[in-house]
Amino acid sequence: MDNLNNLLLLDPVLEQYKEVPGSLITVLQKTQDIFGYLPESAIAYISEKMNVPTSKIYGVATFYTQFRFNPVGRYFIQLCQGTACHVNGSQLIEKAIKDELGISDGETSDDGLFTLKNVACLGCCSLSPVMTINGETFGSLTPSKVRGILNELKSSAESEAE
Amino acid sequence: MMKIKVGQGSCGISAGAAKVYEALKTACPESLATVSVTGCIGMCFLEPIVDIYTESGLVRLVKVSESDTEDIINFIKTGDINFVSRLVIKDEDKQFLEKQTRIALRNCGNIDPESIDDYISAGGYSALQKAVSEMTPDDIIEQLKVSGLAGRGGAGFPTWFKWNAAKSETGEEKYLICNADEGDPGAFMDRAVIEGDPHNLIEGMLIGAYTIGAKEAIVYVRAEYPLAIKRLTKAIEDAKSKGIIGNNIFGTEFCCDFRIKAGAGAFVCGEETALIESLEGSRGMPRIKPPFPAASGYWKKPSNINNVETFANVPWIIENGGEKFFSLGTQNSKGTKVFALTGKIKKGGLVEVPMGKSLREVIFDIGGGMRSDKAFKGVQLGGPSGGCIPAEFIDTVIDYKELSKTGAIMGSGGMVIMDESTCMVSMARFFLDFTAKESCGKCTACRIGTKRLLEILDRICKGEGKEGDIELLSDLCERIKENALCGLGQTAPNPVLTTIKYFRNEYEAHIKNRCCPAGECIDLIHYSIDPEKCTGCSLCSKKCPVSAITGKVRESFSINRDLCIKCGRCMDACRFGAVRKGSGDCE
Repeated sequence: MDNLNNLLLLDPVLEQYKEVPGSLITVLQKTQDIFGYLPESAIAYISEKMNVPTSKIYGVATFYTQFRFNPVGRYFIQLCQGTACHVNGSQLIEKAIKDELGISDGETSDDGLFTLKNVACLGCCSLSPVMTINGETFGSLTPSKVRGILNELKSSAESEAE
Repeated sequence: MMKIKVGQGSCGISAGAAKVYEALKTACPESLATVSVTGCIGMCFLEPIVDIYTESGLVRLVKVSESDTEDIINFIKTGDINFVSRLVIKDEDKQFLEKQTRIALRNCGNIDPESIDDYISAGGYSALQKAVSEMTPDDIIEQLKVSGLAGRGGAGFPTWFKWNAAKSETGEEKYLICNADEGDPGAFMDRAVIEGDPHNLIEGMLIGAYTIGAKEAIVYVRAEYPLAIKRLTKAIEDAKSKGIIGNNIFGTEFCCDFRIKAGAGAFVCGEETALIESLEGSRGMPRIKPPFPAASGYWKKPSNINNVETFANVPWIIENGGEKFFSLGTQNSKGTKVFALTGKIKKGGLVEVPMGKSLREVIFDIGGGMRSDKAFKGVQLGGPSGGCIPAEFIDTVIDYKELSKTGAIMGSGGMVIMDESTCMVSMARFFLDFTAKESCGKCTACRIGTKRLLEILDRICKGEGKEGDIELLSDLCERIKENALCGLGQTAPNPVLTTIKYFRNEYEAHIKNRCCPAGECIDLIHYSIDPEKCTGCSLCSKKCPVSAITGKVRESFSINRDLCIKCGRCMDACRFGAVRKGSGDCE
């Protein structure tokens, strides 16, 4: 991603916000929307264009859970760890994902297919325990249901590869 | 003409409401009925919900799926209820709404949140018009004072007092800010209000901006709520195009701009000074108070910050008068409160009740009691900042003072129900894990204190607790409460303190007997097979990923505890209830 052409994608965002005080978080959010994460080169580029030290940008970006510094897998799993999900067994779901894919919170599977991210409350507590995969919600999970969902995704990825 | 409304809050959509809506929209001829979207009706346990407004009244269908489309269309065509009778809401479930009093949620589930005209036809923006054309800021503050409205974010500070303080500050530049950074895990009241009735929030905020003299209103909303952001953005645009936001609102001198700022995921930003830091594009770390935001807030200008639900009550109060609001509730707490009822509850959802109702009425009469046949154990109010109220205090009434007496707090409205199978030590550990991660790190008491609390709780849950741990926890909790800089740290020990207070025996069982009475702490449980019930079908041994289960077919199987990884697949697989989960000396 380290080529300048891609960084030019940021120009409209920077143009819109560089004079707006307090807009750093918004700029980082838009950067992540574009690249899927915050690439090092993009941070350097923002620093230069907005005249903000990279230390300040990293300080802000590492403070908030929304920001990522690595690309995510093809299937981005957000596992809800809210109170309702906890009470209804989200730790068993996390264990099932770990057993099935060999990844813990924040990790991406070796095949690059899955990234697991624990998140605080997704706000659909009545369906707890809940996870989203690429934005689609899966509710009332059980360990076996999760294994089923993951295996289905794995085999659909495999059949596409063939 | 009949109207079909499909409830589309985040939870409805997760349950499949968007697909139901698309299917109905495609299948229903325009000449027959209009199909539209509405916000969260609050009955999450029945989603997706489809409301059909016929000439003879409302027919509410629940747990609808795409495959029901044809029958719904047939019902609309013929009026024959038999097509859909299997989907019609049961009388016992109707009680869920009938026992509530809705002010903040009055339009949620009734109007189309994406239509400003719908809001205006429901009486919307008349309170704003009345406020800016007939009332002075002092009149409004007086009405709020009469109403007794207190901040719904949790602390319960009188709203009129904050507005008056910000109003009294001199200076041209002031800001009105809405805290919609609903980070409390297990709470979704604010999300439902914004998704279901965004104009109500805008109207409440504009009345606030007029009162304190702010020319800009800002909503700080969680980035995890994309639908809320989308609907609020549309609502702001629509209000701008109608001249309700902008210059000379309703032909008066009052001018106000309005914008959204998306948060980026930090629980501490619910603290008002941390929220201001975040608005300014920095790390969301709290400031030392005083000065309070009313004197020096956003860009050091006078600022007023309230929670979503607080603002959502304001138009109703202006419309109906402060006295009517005052007449609801108890001596100390006025009006209504919205709760997100979740956990091991049968009918989870969004509930708005007048202050003074008992927890029993909310949990059992509205929520229908426990989801399983297990006994009610306690309720966590106020999330990680709150505390746990045990079953013996179920008749406590919803009132700021009464709830505080138990050691819990009213909080912002998260109400998580727990039954016998919930381990209270693990629950306290869960909250500390959350606060330790979310601690911003500015003050030592919170940064290091929460970490140490978590380590001790971790140890106890693993069966490595030591004599004296309970006393150590209590002592540490008191010190953190005394010394932490902001509300996050000051309240973080509450879940530990209340669970020790009410469930000390569970802590002792973990520490002394190395057992978890609720059977939840994974290091303290083991699986076994009941030879009486086992039929020797061998299914469990086939499912076991580590070959820990052995036996002969048609004879009893057994689990080798040294190999078992406690994944629970055998228990899921067994069709005869022969696999048991037990814990040490608790048995």
